[in-house]
Amino acid sequence: MLERVETALKNDIRDARGERLRREIEHFLHLPVSRVRTIDVYTVDADISHDELEKGASGPFSDPVIQRWSIGEPAALICAGSDCSCPDFDFAVEVGFRPGVTDNVGRTAREALEYLTGRRFCGGEGVYYSVQYLIKGDIAFADVERIATGLLCNTLIQRYSILTSSAFAERRGFPPFAPKVVSGAHHAAKVREIDLDVPDDELLRISREGVLALSLEEMKIIQAYFRDPGVISERGRYGLGPKPTDVELECLAQTWSEHCKHKIFSATVQYEDENGKREEIRSLFRSFIQRATRDVREKLGERDFCLSVFKDNAGVIKFNDRYSLVFKVETHNSPSALDPYGGALTGIVGVNRDPFGTGQGAKLIFNTDVFCFADPFYSGSLPSRLLHPRRIYEGVVEGVEHGGNKSGIPTINGSIVFDERFCGKPLVFCGTAGIMPAELNGRPGHEKSIMPGDLIVMTGGRIGKDGIHGATFSSEELNENSPVTAVQIGDPITQKRMFDFLIRARDRGLYRFITDNGAGGLSSSIGEMAGECGGCRIDISKAPLKYPGLDPWEILISEAQERMSLAVPPENIDEFLSMAERFGVEATVLGHFTDSGMFHVMYGERTVALLPISFMHEGLPPMRIPAKWEITRHDEPVIESLEDYTKELAALLGSLNICSKESVVRRYDHEVQGGSVVKPFTGAANDGPSDAAVVRPLLDSFEGVVTAHGISPRYSDIDTWHMTTNAVDEAMRNYVAVGGSLDLVAGLDNFCWCDPVVSAKTPDGAFKMAQLVRSNKALYEICLAYNLPLISGKDSMKNDFYDGETKISIPPTLLFSVIGKIDDARKAVTMDVKLPGDIVYILGETADELGGSEYLALHGYVGNSVPKVDAESAYRRYRAYGRCVSAALVASCHDLSDGGFAVAAAESAFAGGYGMKLDISALPWKGDYDGRSDAALLFSESASRHLVTIHPENRSEFEAAMKGSAFAVAGVVTEETELVITGLSGRVIVRSSLTELKRAWQRTLGDL
Amino acid sequence: MGKTRAIVITGNGTNCEMEAAHACRLSGFDDTVIAHISDILSGDTTLDDFHFLNLTGGFLDGDDLGSAKAQANRLKNADVSETGEKLVEQFLRFIKGGKLIMGVCNGFQLMVKMGMLPAFEGNYLQQRVTLTHNDCGRFQDRWVYLMIDPDSPCIYTKGSGKGIYLPVRHGEGKFICDTSETLLGIESEHLSVFKYTDGEYSSPATDFPENPNGSENSIAGLCDPTGRVLGLMPHPEAFVHYTQHPRWTRERLPAEGDGLILYRNAAIYARENLV
Repeated sequence: MLERVETALKNDIRDARGERLRREIEHFLHLPVSRVRTIDVYTVDADISHDELEKGASGPFSDPVIQRWSIGEPAALICAGSDCSCPDFDFAVEVGFRPGVTDNVGRTAREALEYLTGRRFCGGEGVYYSVQYLIKGDIAFADVERIATGLLCNTLIQRYSILTSSAFAERRGFPPFAPKVVSGAHHAAKVREIDLDVPDDELLRISREGVLALSLEEMKIIQAYFRDPGVISERGRYGLGPKPTDVELECLAQTWSEHCKHKIFSATVQYEDENGKREEIRSLFRSFIQRATRDVREKLGERDFCLSVFKDNAGVIKFNDRYSLVFKVETHNSPSALDPYGGALTGIVGVNRDPFGTGQGAKLIFNTDVFCFADPFYSGSLPSRLLHPRRIYEGVVEGVEHGGNKSGIPTINGSIVFDERFCGKPLVFCGTAGIMPAELNGRPGHEKSIMPGDLIVMTGGRIGKDGIHGATFSSEELNENSPVTAVQIGDPITQKRMFDFLIRARDRGLYRFITDNGAGGLSSSIGEMAGECGGCRIDISKAPLKYPGLDPWEILISEAQERMSLAVPPENIDEFLSMAERFGVEATVLGHFTDSGMFHVMYGERTVALLPISFMHEGLPPMRIPAKWEITRHDEPVIESLEDYTKELAALLGSLNICSKESVVRRYDHEVQGGSVVKPFTGAANDGPSDAAVVRPLLDSFEGVVTAHGISPRYSDIDTWHMTTNAVDEAMRNYVAVGGSLDLVAGLDNFCWCDPVVSAKTPDGAFKMAQLVRSNKALYEICLAYNLPLISGKDSMKNDFYDGETKISIPPTLLFSVIGKIDDARKAVTMDVKLPGDIVYILGETADELGGSEYLALHGYVGNSVPKVDAESAYRRYRAYGRCVSAALVASCHDLSDGGFAVAAAESAFAGGYGMKLDISALPWKGDYDGRSDAALLFSESASRHLVTIHPENRSEFEAAMKGSAFAVAGVVTEETELVITGLSGRVIVRSSLTELKRAWQRTLGDL
Repeated sequence: MGKTRAIVITGNGTNCEMEAAHACRLSGFDDTVIAHISDILSGDTTLDDFHFLNLTGGFLDGDDLGSAKAQANRLKNADVSETGEKLVEQFLRFIKGGKLIMGVCNGFQLMVKMGMLPAFEGNYLQQRVTLTHNDCGRFQDRWVYLMIDPDSPCIYTKGSGKGIYLPVRHGEGKFICDTSETLLGIESEHLSVFKYTDGEYSSPATDFPENPNGSENSIAGLCDPTGRVLGLMPHPEAFVHYTQHPRWTRERLPAEGDGLILYRNAAIYARENLV
């Protein structure tokens, strides 16, 4: 039967969810709504008795202390008390998922009924969750439409209905409706052949209309392959015609997508610099990224700590003799632009699978996240299809909250960066680290292999139409026609169950190889695995489906979440499958690995794809991309000097990029797993911003893992070279500040660029490509100087919005993350000043480098004098500082970044609850003295600087240790809770109470 | 003398099993086992072999039907393979055997939704109280001060002084009773062991952030009349060493964290009474 079960809060119980919505309706839509109440609706479509349904309603579906329930009767019309005069609402809105969208609550409700009845639901039976909103307010029907589409639901994945209260009463509420996928159980799986013997424009049409994202050149390579007489006769032997099947074409499109293949990073680049000097670069990835790692490892010699770089799902480095660390950072930008909640949620649970599927498998120990958004308070107009930045902000923050918290992985480090251009595409970086035994089942934990004959096993979630074309769609700009199937909702609990099971299977040595099912789905994961041993034969009709009606190509490329692919030796398969069943995890044998050289896909008895592994992985010649660098000159800012900079400092503290992100960070569990040492917030009132995070992954050891990051897209407006070196330096100085060791630290690069390939849509492609070249050259140089091997990374190259009229390109952005070690976590240093009387030091030199600074941005300028990193001297100073940390000489340390010296001083002071008296004339200056102004000394963002406090008794030891580096005494920590800064003239130029500075810093995003 | 044995149940979304087991080991249990719920349902592991049961924090079944609701349903209705017994019977036998149960966060939510607390008149399967969405409408990770009722029968808090400092990490921690009589009963029997308070541990806190969720009577933790069954929203396993304290770099702290005393008392109780 099809029946609605509704649970509503009792009338005297506060509806926190409804109240929050009421506030949001008022805040964003400015509509006079006096009350919102919410009701949970479970639509049960199953052969189940009324009695059983009552047990479900009164048992798992409702909480007797606070809720009442009803079956088949709208809860909104049932009076709960004598003082109730319902219906006390003007409109009812009900929001549920569209067919096929992952419905986690519905799934849990189904499982609950199965436990209750002792009977498994059969195919076609299910429970569907929706939420009913009862809105009271003097508003029109059209306003309610706005509320529904603007706040309550995302119509890409959700559906809604609205009833006025009178219609609601008349019709006795909404009718029961089960959003089943109705392609039909009798759908015959179709395989189409595609004729590629067609003119070029037809080839392009095939690519475009199929969301294949293949270029003409790539289509012609495929065309040529299928014209080869040898290929044709070989295909004939397997019953395949000369034309490619849709399975084959789709499989190649995934494998060759920018997302999977990184074509831009492997392209041959014709680069011309500002002086007209030309050079040819064969693969940016090989020439700069891989080479940086190789050269650093060579330099390190016996001290090399890299174990597995660039070849697995994540990078692996040594932690100690018994354990290795695994780290990966991914982006999930395009899905987050369409559905911020689902996109970000799948972003975080997706990157979880990378370290988990590295080597023989790793236990996950922390998450990181960095978001780039447009101003959430933006009030102008936006092109259609773009969501308001505030919705993106809310959705992404909540998606990562649910993904991280529910997975039991602490989110320990992150940041939010704002720039108006991120309204074209938000950037959502999610990172996950893991730890694995250095040795597992008699071999290094980071190594794995596949033998021909091993069984292909898929575990975890089922396959649906969700996530089809994720890889190819993210290889294009966001446009009007971006496919909705690319959007999906993650399911952290299904994944957690799978991980619980797989870790145990790992420790028993039940599988030989594991990898993640991410972009491109099975075509990618099995395709790559087949590359390991030289072939595979897989029958995709065996793959478990969420609902019937998928064609073979859809099964092969679906990116449905929460799946891992494994190679299981035949002798272990029984134990593997029975353990999976016990843990409630689905595991299915899909075929076996071979050494035939072929990626051979069957659907039942029929061959539907037959592609040589070599053609899939090496059939694509490098792209050729032109790049021409030009120096950009911005207006030289005219900044008048002021008598007093207190107001400027307060304004900077309140600016979006500098202000406190505590309202977001506290929504993330940063302490689960029990190893937290340096938390995101620290200081006397637990509210000062930490520079980096320290955790102990092994609770019986004091060895700590340190992670930090740097990101500075604003500097790209001047020069991506310095954007890059500043991002790397920021990550390193954050890392060093808390006590991270320079002897064991590795980097991860995440490039997010706007499309750098010249085309009609991108006439300035050559410049954007040159920006990428400079960024890579700079990355190589600075990694060498910092002895910093790159162990993993990712690029996302199409971060543009284009609807035919408006084009929005993000600023070229490099997120640089570092992971390393502190030998004794008990020596970690935090950024809050500790005691009055402590001496304040500035480490590093300040220069007239306001270009691209937050200070100039405040005044509407970009400028030109971008901060330049002197990596060699910085590295020596970081080493000297590290020795001071080891000797426990440092009371506090804070890195100087956005907002410069004044902002860092304010933050350290109010975090510690003590004032500071500082004199900026003491700051070591670099360069021409003409540019040495109060503003530059206060707000310049010169790189590689720290603000350090030292107890007076440690003064001589500290100074001796720092000898030879640029540093100076800048002042003293005071009992008076006031920040006082003296300017070059000897007069006080900043004087403010800590309370006021902190208020300015906390106010901006405090209520979000 | 026999060994004192602690068990930590995991699976279906529990998250804090590692650190809870670590706390048990630190506090002196001879054996500590992390058991997946499937090991218990299969009969491979039975609660009868243990003295101290830990129901830890996490997001059981994603808290999809309300926190811990689906697991409460599972524990009440699931059979243990081959024994023909319901899992809930193992739980009741465990309690009647005078043994110890501590539920933290999601574990506490599970206990109240199964009806194991406050367990008036020895009824461990009647729900009278609940834990629901925080008044602020958001998940919160922040540290809270907890005052301890010195007159409570709770065996876990002996010698813990005026109060302890622990993190909360939850979205559904607001404590509500079904009736005012229940609340009265809880207070008169001194079952509300922990209450949110201010930094001086002077009086129960009513407002955010000291009271992070808007709980009735500021109640953060509850025990049964025997004092052996305890549930609390804050995480004692998250503060067993000083480096877990948010201000350890600026305050002089003892090596052991405030949360460890609960586990130590459990270990002592088990040694003196259960082996």
